[in-house]
Amino acid sequence: MQYYLLIPFLPLAAFVINITLGKKIIRKQAHWPSTLAVLGSLVVAVMVLMDVLAGKTLNEDLYTWIISDKFQVSVGFLLDQLTAVMLIVVTSVSFLVHVYSIGYMHDDPGYYRFYAYLSLFTFSMLMLVMANNFLQLYFGWEAVGLCSYLLIGFWYEKKSASDAGKKAFIVNRFGDFGFGLGVIMIFLTFGTLHYIPVFGDAGKFLNESVNILGLEVNLITLIALLLFCGAVGKSAQIPLHVWLPDAMEGPTPVSALIHAATMVTAGVFMVARCNPIFSLSPTAMGVVAVVGGVTALFAATIALVQNDIKRVVAYSTISQLGYMFLACGVGAYAAGIFHLYTHAYFKALLFLCAGSVMHAMGGELDMQKMGGLKKYMPVTYWTMLIASLSISGIPGLAGFFSKDEILFRAYAAGGVGKFAWLLGTVAALLTAFYSFRLIFLTFHGEFRGTEEQRHHLHESPKVMTIPLLILCVGAIASGWVGIPPLLGGGEHFSEFLAPVVGHPHGEATHAEEWMTMGISVAVALAGIIVAVVFYLKNPSIPVNLAKRFQFAYRVLWNKYYVDELYDLIIVRPTLFVAKNIIVGFTDGAIIEGIVNGLPRMVNRIGAQVRKVQNGLLQHYGAIMALGLFLILAILMIKYSG
Amino acid sequence: MENLGYPVLSTVIFLPILGSLLMLLISRRQEGLIKWSALLTSILTFILSLPLFTGFDKTTHKMQFVEQKPWIPDWGIQYYVGVDGISVLFVLLSTLVTILCVLISWNSIQNKVKEFYISLLLIEGAMIGVFCSLDFFLFYIFWEAMLIPMYLIIGVWGGPRRVYAAIKFFLYTLVGSVLMLIGIIVLYMEAGTFNIMELAKVSFPITMQYWLFWAFFAAFAVKVPMFPVHTWLPDAHTEAPTAGSVVLAAILIKMGAYGFLRFSLPLFPDASKAMTPIMLTLSVIAIIYGGIVCLAQTDLKRLIAYSSVSHMGFVTLGIFALNAQGVEGGILQMINHGIVTGALFLCVGIVYDRTHSREIADYGGLATVMPVYAGFFMLFTLASIGLPGLNGFIGEFLIILGGFKAKKLAGIFAATGIIIGAAYMLWLYQRVFFNEVNEKIMHLEPMQMREFITLAALAIFVLWIGIYPNTFLSYMHVSVQHLLERVHYGLPDTMLAIKSVTGGL
Repeated sequence: MQYYLLIPFLPLAAFVINITLGKKIIRKQAHWPSTLAVLGSLVVAVMVLMDVLAGKTLNEDLYTWIISDKFQVSVGFLLDQLTAVMLIVVTSVSFLVHVYSIGYMHDDPGYYRFYAYLSLFTFSMLMLVMANNFLQLYFGWEAVGLCSYLLIGFWYEKKSASDAGKKAFIVNRFGDFGFGLGVIMIFLTFGTLHYIPVFGDAGKFLNESVNILGLEVNLITLIALLLFCGAVGKSAQIPLHVWLPDAMEGPTPVSALIHAATMVTAGVFMVARCNPIFSLSPTAMGVVAVVGGVTALFAATIALVQNDIKRVVAYSTISQLGYMFLACGVGAYAAGIFHLYTHAYFKALLFLCAGSVMHAMGGELDMQKMGGLKKYMPVTYWTMLIASLSISGIPGLAGFFSKDEILFRAYAAGGVGKFAWLLGTVAALLTAFYSFRLIFLTFHGEFRGTEEQRHHLHESPKVMTIPLLILCVGAIASGWVGIPPLLGGGEHFSEFLAPVVGHPHGEATHAEEWMTMGISVAVALAGIIVAVVFYLKNPSIPVNLAKRFQFAYRVLWNKYYVDELYDLIIVRPTLFVAKNIIVGFTDGAIIEGIVNGLPRMVNRIGAQVRKVQNGLLQHYGAIMALGLFLILAILMIKYSG
Repeated sequence: MENLGYPVLSTVIFLPILGSLLMLLISRRQEGLIKWSALLTSILTFILSLPLFTGFDKTTHKMQFVEQKPWIPDWGIQYYVGVDGISVLFVLLSTLVTILCVLISWNSIQNKVKEFYISLLLIEGAMIGVFCSLDFFLFYIFWEAMLIPMYLIIGVWGGPRRVYAAIKFFLYTLVGSVLMLIGIIVLYMEAGTFNIMELAKVSFPITMQYWLFWAFFAAFAVKVPMFPVHTWLPDAHTEAPTAGSVVLAAILIKMGAYGFLRFSLPLFPDASKAMTPIMLTLSVIAIIYGGIVCLAQTDLKRLIAYSSVSHMGFVTLGIFALNAQGVEGGILQMINHGIVTGALFLCVGIVYDRTHSREIADYGGLATVMPVYAGFFMLFTLASIGLPGLNGFIGEFLIILGGFKAKKLAGIFAATGIIIGAAYMLWLYQRVFFNEVNEKIMHLEPMQMREFITLAALAIFVLWIGIYPNTFLSYMHVSVQHLLERVHYGLPDTMLAIKSVTGGL
């Protein structure tokens, strides 16, 4: 039975229902079709997980999508261990966000539109993770991008929102430019776009090289790096990270679902899915690890000084995604996916808590205007505290197991991995610090907002807090499926994924494992303690530090000026060329000059020639005589000799 | 197939012409009757063209629905029409789009109503004639016949600079066509026939192929339009009334690319192959250049017009990739572009009727005022920027794949077009539909049923081709295969053909 088809197509049906009937008929009930659909998907996803656990995987085509000579590609589904994990993550978080939004989006005039987009997003994301070939992956990839665009710009009358949506789409297109070429290279190399034969044959092309712009490049490395371009865009890694912080213009449930738990992790999923290709290229793996590690640290430093509650969490997301790439780059794909899975819960929780705070604060985002919210919203406080402990890597909680796994694997891999481990460990220190800075500024101390805001402070309704509590369970316990043997666990998670992603390489002693674990716990505690000192005990310290290291502070506050840089080297020159050089000069002066100039010239010549036909018979006679004379002269010269 | 009871192609060519002649008899005061008879003629033509879709044999590259009658026997001129997998879809596109053009002009054409619809139907007949002709003489007549009513539509019912635009359009195309005419005469003198199917069996000497290639290139490149002979297009599109822009975008500019496929490649295969570097370069320039120009536009129609330059660059790139994916992608992209750009011009026409402004700055926040309309516009925008699942993607992807296969650099440069495309279309969308509602458009009336139907008809194809393109691709396979064999390997019986032709002289 193809019951699994219900997983993507239930949300699609909900989208169709809401987009056609939502405005006029369903209106305030729009959450019903969408929420029920995603609940159905969740149930079926659990059934699929059971099947996969029982050893039943599946790879089949639904229909042939495009045929052009030897290029044939299908719409088809691959259900294996990796897909099963992704299905659970996507449907469960999506379901909780659907429920939460009933409360959060309650009064919005675009209520039906919001749920329609959420359903479309869920459908697209599910198509992405269930694809059995690269082109369908690309379909899902672009479609989630579209939903992201629509939802970031959901409040489109605000210019900042519509700007942010546009920016997200275009920045992603830069990554997709590489991704698309990668897909084309794969077809030209393997003659198919289906995962299974491509992955099976990847080894055969290990030593092939290809000539690009006169350079001999290893074929597999090139393909891997092109694919990775797409991942860099979608998962907001350096240098294409700039769209994600701006994406916070969207409603907060969207930030939780799309820009934290699911869509942005698509890049990690893709790299893990393509592990047979990536693993063949040490160069590409090195790039992935370094980009991931550097991004993890880079984004964490920015998060240190931001005051916008959602932006802190957004930079935190970029940083955590960096960890996932770091893991993939050292060959520990299972660890990367493990972190993807735990992160989905604690990060979605952080966002939804931030949303709950905004709900109470009347949309206020500046943490400097909050404070002391603990007593007004206990559920939000405690759940957010637990999420922060989880992301900081406090032992026993989900984030601890997954982050520790990544750092240990990086260390064990040696080489680039050791460098990446260092980056990751420093980032872990910063993570703990900025997470607790957020908690203390928001929930502790005195309230710093207006009287009116204070008057309205309240805990969110049950429809919002219950999803928080459920996610909180995830933030605590989701890591328990991957407890390392060192702590008496069975590493069930990575064993489960091993058929798809294999086992990580690298050897390390127990002592080293204890050491990396000890260090990461130590830095987490250190980060929290510093935050306590800075924001609870002695708030003058951060103020003084900011004054003392003004330059560094300003660089971080302005996010290293990357946006300004892109504006200067890409946006402005392009527009300048478009307006002044191409339209003004090439198209205007040269081409149009010739086009309009030619007739003018013909006109002018005509005006001159016209003078000949002036109707004066004497002139005609004279010219005739002249002509006759010339002809006779020529003939005489010709025949006289 | 010929047992359908009526000669399908002649019917679809001449029914609109007949309809327009009959309309001459209607008094100009009976505007309602004129509109309705135009609508009924176009709908009837569409229905009668459907056997081309259902009865087409996809297993042969041979011409189908053929009608062949001697016309001027002394010069071997025939009335010879037929379609194959390359042309059949364009006939259908023409019959469909004409209906939509009639519908969209319903209220927006206020003066000289009778003449307008007569011109429109005349164009339809001539356009279909171009796609069906298998005799050069006949082809040339249709090719030129199309110009005059189009010239009138732009020049009479157009915007403020309509006369300039119309003359520019006319002269540009005429100059190109004259060179093609010389080419046709040379072909006749060399091979002694106007029969295109016979000519396609002849191997011309390579030098001659070069000259003829460029002579035909002049006509086709102007029509496409390729860089650098594109500057008539923004003026013509912008000044033309909505229906004129739609016909131009959807059908007329396809004729250039169609000409390459039907004539340049099979008649001058060696020259075509030798010229691919130049053609690919011009195509890539058009893609990027056309896209960047769009970034600087402030006029809605002008922006969409320039985007056509970019999209048609993809088409010519696909054609001159000279492989199955490229050519099939190119043909599909022509259909796609016809649907999507046609739809975008219809969309602009819908708001232009209400505001009489094409300035982007006069809009803003339109999504709040006309939400359904905004939804359609979004769909067509996404199709235009090649979102997978919609029609534009299939064509663009096949073309980039084919282009990359033919010449890596061409594929890479073409792919940058998708970034630029997203930039200018989404920016346009933002300025028109998002942000705060512009006071000037605060009270626009919502879409009417007539307008809704027009857009919905095209939206169906956007989704259909995006989700199941094989319906349309399957028409092309065998014909494209045959064409490519001709280009790459020549014909096995080439020598025989030459002998028989020269023997006959």
